[in-house]
Amino acid sequence: MNNTYFEILRAGINTTAQDEGRNHMYHLGITVSGAIDQRNYKLSNKLVNNSLSEASIEFAYQGPLLKLKNGKINFSITGEVIFKIIRKTLKVEEGVCYKSYILEDKEQIDIISTKNTAYGYLSVSGGFKLEKIWNSYSINTKANIGPNNGKKYSSENKIFIKNSKSLTNKEFKINYNEISDNVIRVIKGTNFDYFSKKSQNSFFSEEFSVTKLADRMGIRLSGNKLENIVSTNIKSEGLVRGAIQVPADGNPIIMLSDHGTIGGYPKIGVVISADLDRVGQLTPGSIINFKEVSLEEAQNIFKAYTEDTDNYLNEAN
Amino acid sequence: MIKNISNLGDAAVYCDFGLDINEKINLNVISYFNSLSKLVEEHKINGINNITPSYNKLIISFDLSITNYSKIRQIILDIRPDNEINNSHKKIKIPVCCDDEFGLDLSRLSDKTKLSKKKILELHLNKDYFCYMTGFIAGMPFLGDIDTNIRCDRLETPRVNVPKGSVGITEQFTNIYTFASPGGWNIIGNTPQKIFDPLNLAEPALIKPGDKVSFYQISKEEYQNWNE
Repeated sequence: MNNTYFEILRAGINTTAQDEGRNHMYHLGITVSGAIDQRNYKLSNKLVNNSLSEASIEFAYQGPLLKLKNGKINFSITGEVIFKIIRKTLKVEEGVCYKSYILEDKEQIDIISTKNTAYGYLSVSGGFKLEKIWNSYSINTKANIGPNNGKKYSSENKIFIKNSKSLTNKEFKINYNEISDNVIRVIKGTNFDYFSKKSQNSFFSEEFSVTKLADRMGIRLSGNKLENIVSTNIKSEGLVRGAIQVPADGNPIIMLSDHGTIGGYPKIGVVISADLDRVGQLTPGSIINFKEVSLEEAQNIFKAYTEDTDNYLNEAN
Repeated sequence: MIKNISNLGDAAVYCDFGLDINEKINLNVISYFNSLSKLVEEHKINGINNITPSYNKLIISFDLSITNYSKIRQIILDIRPDNEINNSHKKIKIPVCCDDEFGLDLSRLSDKTKLSKKKILELHLNKDYFCYMTGFIAGMPFLGDIDTNIRCDRLETPRVNVPKGSVGITEQFTNIYTFASPGGWNIIGNTPQKIFDPLNLAEPALIKPGDKVSFYQISKEEYQNWNE
């Protein structure tokens, strides 16, 4: 059937299309974007038998209420998400994450909220019918780049779904159990020696809490103020996901997917690649500790992270 | 030349060209950027995600599942940058209206520098600036160097929303806000010209690192009737 789409009955707080991200554009000031939690993004695609780089719908906190029109699909939701499926019979089913479902024409998915985390992912069999902009489906709402004119979804939009031949009655499931852990592993940054000995120690020993200023661009933390003894500004230079900048007020900011491409604050550290998904999922009020690791340790931890991801992906075969 | 190479986290290489900021050093950064970009385009290196040139640094971020720090570091050490590529840089003239409603900080700058608004603009306009880098927000050019008499610090409290098209100055640099954005630069005018066009997929950014840019003053009427 053609022209299958989701009608948006409620858009949710920040509902966008995301994928692996948009690369090779930093030098123009265009940031990487992409799913904040890359592992959960991939798992949602895998559960509906998609290529792992298909676009998914990412939602934050309160998700959308979607009604399927003109078709029948498989869908899956990943993350820690409370959702319901409203069947044609008006029967309401409690949704379970990491599991594929069949959704019939005119049935609804009500994504009520994420639980203890910020982001969740919805994938549909065949993927969403979107246009790639600079080789990515990711919506960057700050620069209005990407599908849907670079804007988050609102109730006026429809989200079209590709014609899928892969619809199946077989149920796919992953037994996902991410151990919640508030230790974030970090490699010392290029300006680590800008900070006093006391602050260098407290950075790796004291707790920090996530403030309300947390979005797809970054997360501002508060805790013991980090004392800069060299200069609170550096000459603007490139940034990467996970970089931890410390402005003059002494409170660290962790860069996430929609971060500015360059910045002028000293970098005390960089979150290791394997911990980026977990950092992105932190919610305001969360308490975290930073732990120093070497480059070699970070590389080994990443290998283990990749193997874990692959094991989860293989469960959905 | 590169003074030091280190890792920035586990998935980026940080090339430090020293502390000075000048055209020569920046052109060296840009030539490394061009050489690396060429290798990426020709699929001679795998796993590089982004290359970010700035005044005197070059940051190369990569996919840790494909490559690693020591491999990319070696590639950079092996590069003999081709400075020839730099000859292709453009000269661009940008119209700017400096009426009070656009030149938000001109009066304050005039008090601070003890120069008349007219004199400040005279020193800023019609001078060829060099584009050191673009970024922060999409397409924002960082240009320099401005006359020493009009140099000033950033605003103590940054604006929550600098209007799109604003032309700002701080320290030795001048820039253009390609989108409405928070920002702390001193605003002296506004350009009606589109500096970044997300619909122009082939050439979204009008100004690129290495380009020469100058500003010329237009009236409010010309501003309002501006048509590219």
